[in-house]
Parts: sequence; C-alpha cells; structure tokens
Amino acid sequence: MPKPFIQTFFNNYIVALIIAITTILLGISIGSQSIPFSSIWGTLIHTPTVPATDSQIIVSIRLPRVVLAFLIGAALAMAGVAFQGLLKNVLADPYTIGVSSGAAVGAVIVFFFHLYLPFLGRFTLPIVSIIFALITLLFVLLFARLAERNMAMETIVLIGIMMNAFFGSLISLMVALSGEELRQVIGWLMGSVAMRGWSYVSLFFPFFVIGSIGLFVHIRELNAFSFGEQAAASIGVHVLQRKLFILLSASLLTGAAVAVSGTIGFVGLVIPHMTRLICGANHKRLLPLSFLYGGTFLVLADLVARTIVAPRELPIGVITSFIGAPLFAILLFKSLRRKT
Amino acid sequence: MIDMIDVKHVSYQYGEKKVLEDVSFTVYEGEFFGMLGPNGSGKTTLMKLMSRELPLQQGDIFVYGQPIQTYKPRQYAKLVATLPQHTDISFGYTVKEMAELGRYPYQSSLLPRWTNEDEQTVTEAIHSVTLTHKQHVRLEQLSGGERQRAALARSLAQQPRVLLLDEPTNHMDVAQQFKLLNLLKQSGLTVVAIFHDINIASLYCDRLLLLKDGKAVACGTPRELLSESMIECVFETKMKRHEHPVLPKPLVTFIPFSMPHIDEGLWHVKEHETMLVVETAKPFKVLSSALVGGGIRWATTFVNRHVPLDYRCDDAEQEMIQFLRQHGFDEQWTVGMMTAVDVKDVAFSFVDEDIRLFVAVTAGVGNAVDSANAWRRTDVVASPGTINTFVFIDGHLSEAAFVQALMTATEAKAKALCDKQVVDPQTNTIATGTSTDSIAIAASQQGTCYAYAGTITPVGKQLARAVYEATQTAIDRYRKRKGESR
Repeated sequence: MPKPFIQTFFNNYIVALIIAITTILLGISIGSQSIPFSSIWGTLIHTPTVPATDSQIIVSIRLPRVVLAFLIGAALAMAGVAFQGLLKNVLADPYTIGVSSGAAVGAVIVFFFHLYLPFLGRFTLPIVSIIFALITLLFVLLFARLAERNMAMETIVLIGIMMNAFFGSLISLMVALSGEELRQVIGWLMGSVAMRGWSYVSLFFPFFVIGSIGLFVHIRELNAFSFGEQAAASIGVHVLQRKLFILLSASLLTGAAVAVSGTIGFVGLVIPHMTRLICGANHKRLLPLSFLYGGTFLVLADLVARTIVAPRELPIGVITSFIGAPLFAILLFKSLRRKT
Repeated sequence: MIDMIDVKHVSYQYGEKKVLEDVSFTVYEGEFFGMLGPNGSGKTTLMKLMSRELPLQQGDIFVYGQPIQTYKPRQYAKLVATLPQHTDISFGYTVKEMAELGRYPYQSSLLPRWTNEDEQTVTEAIHSVTLTHKQHVRLEQLSGGERQRAALARSLAQQPRVLLLDEPTNHMDVAQQFKLLNLLKQSGLTVVAIFHDINIASLYCDRLLLLKDGKAVACGTPRELLSESMIECVFETKMKRHEHPVLPKPLVTFIPFSMPHIDEGLWHVKEHETMLVVETAKPFKVLSSALVGGGIRWATTFVNRHVPLDYRCDDAEQEMIQFLRQHGFDEQWTVGMMTAVDVKDVAFSFVDEDIRLFVAVTAGVGNAVDSANAWRRTDVVASPGTINTFVFIDGHLSEAAFVQALMTATEAKAKALCDKQVVDPQTNTIATGTSTDSIAIAASQQGTCYAYAGTITPVGKQLARAVYEATQTAIDRYRKRKGESR
C-alpha cells in the first residue's frame, strides 16, 4: 500500500526542520513593524548595515518571543506524547488531564504570596509550578485508578475537567482576594508568550533540557507502555521506576512551561495526534517530530495571535484552543463510537 | 531432566478469598506443560504469579533454581516471556515495531544500540510466526489471530527459555489455533500454557496439571490424567474418553444430555422385492463391516440390498450411496450391505425375555471358505456368495462388549455352517463362512448396561442362539431355492 505523498513528505526530519526554521523567520519578520529577512540574517552575523531599530526589535523583542514560543510548544507537545503513551489515551494532554491547571495554581501562589524559596531565587516560580504539576498528576492517576481499575479514557478526562474546575476556582479566589494586583494574572492564565524577554527563556531553558532528555531516553519504554503495563513488564521494563521517570519529565516540561507562559491548552493533544497520522505511533519518530512540529505550531499560533486583530493581541491559548477543542471533540467521539 | 520451573507450596488469596492453596509442581526443560481446570480454579492466578504480574504471598517459585523475585526485570525477561490471553494492541505500530520491543531486555538503558543480532533475531521471530509478508503492516489492520502471532513474535524476540501462555488460541479459528500451537511445539521452548479445551491440551501437552478450587488435583501425562473419573471430578460433567482416530492421543467427549428411552416398536422390518430394510425408532450405535457406514457409527436404517450375481462396479460404495439416495435413505444414518442372495430368504430370530434382541441373516454358501485352510486356496478375488448378519440388541454395550458380541456372533455362525455341513468347495473341508461375509452389531445404548457379551454372558448366550438358529434357517432357505432352481 503506497503511502500518501503528504505522509511521506512530512515524515522527514529535514522537512520538519526547514518548516520550523521558516516559521521562526516568519515569526521574527512579521509584526507591527515588518522586518525583512535580510535584516534578520544581518543581525545574526552582526552586519553594521542593519538599522539599529530593526536589530533592537529582533534581539530583545521578536527573537526571545519566538524562541520561547518554540520551546513551550515543543515542551507541551512532548509532554502530550508522554501522557498519551503512558496512559494509552489519545485524549490526554497536560491541559485536558488538569496538570496545567495544577501548575498554574502553583504559579499563582508564588505571585500571591510573593514566594521566594531559599537558594532558588527566581527559579522559585518554575519549581513550585513543577511540584504542583507533579502532585496534580499523581493525584489524577491515583484517583482514576481507584475509580476504575482499567483507567478508561473518559474517566481520566472527567477527572481532568474536575481538576480544571477546582483549580480554576482556587485561582479566581486568589485573584479576587488580591484585588488589582493579580488582575494581570487573568491575561497570563489564557497563555501568552508576549513581553517575556530573554530572562523567561533562561528561566525555562534548564527545565526544558532536563525534561526533554528525560523523555528522549525513555523512547523504548514509551513504546512498551503503549502496549500496556503488563506487556511492558513482560519484556523487562521496570514499570514503576520508568513510569515515575517519565511522569517526572513530563511534569517538568509542563510545570515550567505553565510558569513562564500560562496555560496554553491542547498543544499536547493536537500535535501528537497530527504527527501520529504522519509517522505512526513509534515514539522513535513520534517524539522528535512532535518536538519540531509542536514548536512550529506554537510559533505560528503566536504569530496569528498578535496579527489577527492587530494592533491588539489575543492570548495564544485562544488560538490553540480554537484548533484543539474541536479535535478533542472528534477524538472523544471516535473513542466513544469504538466502544458501542 | 532439568527442572525449569519449581512451584513449591504456593498459596494466594485476594482479600479473604483463597484462590490457590498449597500448589506444588515442577516443569522440566523443553516440556509442553498444560494447566487445565474449570473457571475459578486459580490457573490464571498461578500464571500471573509465574509471570510476576502478581507478587508471591506464600510459597516459592524457582526458575532455574533461583527464586523468581530475586531476578531483575530485564534478567527475568530474558528467561521468561508471557503471551497473555488478550494482547493489547496499540494503534499505529507495525508488526515489526511490536516485535522489536522484544529486544528491550538485551539493550542497555542509557545508550541503546540496535545491533545486527537484534535485527536478525527480530527478523527470525517474525518469520517463524509467518508474518514476514506483513511486517510493515499496522497492527490494527491485522486479524485477531495475526495480532496474537505478532505478540508471539515479540515474545520470541526475547529469546526466552520459557513461554507462559494464557489460553493462547482464544479468538482464533481452528486453522490458526493449530498453526500457532504447531509453531510453539516446534520451537523447542519450555511452554507453560493454560488451556480451555481438554482435547487440545491432550493433543499438544507432554504433561498436564489439573486444578480445582485452587488445589492441584493431579499432575501427569494426558494419558494418565484424562480418565473419565478424573475429568468428571474436576469439570463436574459426564464424559467418555476415547482415542484419537489418527494420533496416539486420548480424547474426551462430554455427555451433556441423554437420549429419550424408547420401549415399544424399537425396530421395524420392511421387506422389499430387492432389499431388506430394518428401521429403528432411535439411533443405534453400530459396529459393522458394512460397505456404507462401516466401522463405528450411529444409524437408524439398515439396508441389505440384493444385487445380481454379475454385479461389478469400480466404486461400489459410491454406487451404493447413489442407490440409497434414490430410495430415499440418508446415507449418513444408514448401514448398507450388499448380497447376491435373494433377500426374501432372510431368516429372523427374536428374543424377547429379560434381554431383547433381534437377528436377521441372509445366507448364500456358494462361495464357502474354511478359514483354517484358506491359505491353500489360490483365488485372490472374492466371488459372490455372502452371509450378512444383522444383530440388534436393546441394551447399552460397552466398546469391549461390541467386540465380544462380534466374536460371539461369528462363532455361532461358524458353528451353524459346521452343523449344516457347508463345505469349502476347493479344500473339501467344513467351511467357517464365506469370503465376503458382513456383520453389523447394533445396540440401542439404553436400559441395561452390558459390559461384556462373551459366549457365556446372558446377552452372549441369547445372541449366540439367535445367530445360530437364524443362520441355519437362512442356509436351509438358500439350499431350498437352489434346489428349486436346479
């Protein structure tokens, strides 16, 4: 059976890389002030002919924003891949199972109490978010297992809805109590990579690297878990230990991402799903390709978010949800239909 | 024999419920070991303990002499592979990708390298489950049996010493079942499998473990274990044991219900111009040498057909079946014989006392043979001249009784020929029969059970007398007609 051209075309690292770079260049180029590709190139190799304003915009505004968007997108997509593989559940992503909301509560608590943990300095924010993400995740899994041993797809999603509602009200409460101070949090909650600068990139980057490595060394385990824990155990996977490592890595990526950019929903659902259609379920290709396409997707989403109603900006979460929610509905519908 | 798996005094309970109680047995290297038992007998729990899916509570399990809980996951996966009853498949994976997972225990965890050996092992594993042509097909596009075989390829790629299988052939059609089991049998691996079907277990297993209510009832070869009393005790269903017609294996057949008892009008004789027909009110179990329906079968219609002396046919059986169909008989329920004798000369003999039986004989002695001196004869093609004997007994005959009834009837026939001074024309000695005699022993298999039917058993006595008398009468009538026609 010959594969469709589109499938073969996108199932290629070089193609994915070219698309990613092109998108990044577009992301830098397009905005309230248009910047030609030549200026971008010039800035990168420090040619003096580039206008100072252009290089200023590129270096301190557009580039960090695009890079952050790319990293966040890649992180969320990989976390989605991990959750889906581990839970054997195509509906799982950091947002739908409530982990993003948990991380957001952590972040809001840091803002609310002006928390600074000793020795952590500004890393307090991502670390608290990560801890909250991990606790939420463990709670969701425990709850789902207690409710129903075989952890049906819908059960986990229902628990995710419950978590989202609960954490949402917690955040609203904190926002209400803080008065004006946390009003800005609402915009942040919808997700945004605007006006973050290099400091946020550097805040996020270490966790991104650790989390990514954590998942990349577990590609074979993710494949094994896709066939169920019993099968994984039977081929010699140390189930509990490996599962914890994978969950920890995914929480690291999710928690840190939420801490710097708010809750951007459905990236971890849309990207793994699309990528799976292209390359199949084998994590050997699924994970790296989701990385590249996830990053690309969020750079594009950010581009749309800031240009579609220019000069105003939409929260980036609006764009991702606009695409992700209908896909979620389709996947849910399909999984329910398969049962009856 | 090397001990592969030693299960010692294993007990297990879920909460308050005891599932296994002090189970001990040994599986030897290279054995095909089956576990049988009704639902809830604990066989799946036992399997899960062996595969380490459940932790041991009481007792020990050793693999190669080492307690299983002391193995590291990867070490254990190199020794023992499990093929569950239902393989979870994952959408989007190909057969090969699934099989590649079997190499997991052989690769280092930090920097896994895919070696030539890995590749070769996976290729061989896929080849041995005959899925090479489908190795790049995604699992969701395969049939249930193919998925199970793909899962087996993964297990084989683990290069284990032991394969644990929980009802491996569930959801497979007959051909797929045997394909998979033959493959396992040929693999030379030690196989421990739960079976649902006693007969499949008997066909494939070297030894069996019978479980009931969490206890090991017995352990041994199928021939030792599959006794009627044992199986009835374990499965609480009536059954009979018999032998595989082709392979030296015991098989069991269940008797879930009994046939209605019929007292009156058990048999009717219908005499036609060219054939004698006996019809029974219920199927009779028949042991016969008949042309159609020979061997052991159930029949309701018994036909003795007259054919001309010069009847010749290449495929007499097919011709006879055609004949039966033309006359409205279902050959599946018919025992059919041929004779050149005029069927109007049939002799009947009835016994209707404690034992009810009925004998019908047609006799032609033109071709009489003395079996004791038959070796002197030079002819090779039997010429017509036949004694056909039908015996109907209202009673339950064991298989041994069938054979004894056959002997008794044959002896009575021989004696009748002797007393009638029937002579083998070639050797000039007293004949014992003719060269083309045929006999059918039919029993209603209801009422009294007859374990034996030898010449001095009650049934044997009556049977012998009836056959002796009917044969004599039939010979008289044959001779009379011959005399008339001369």
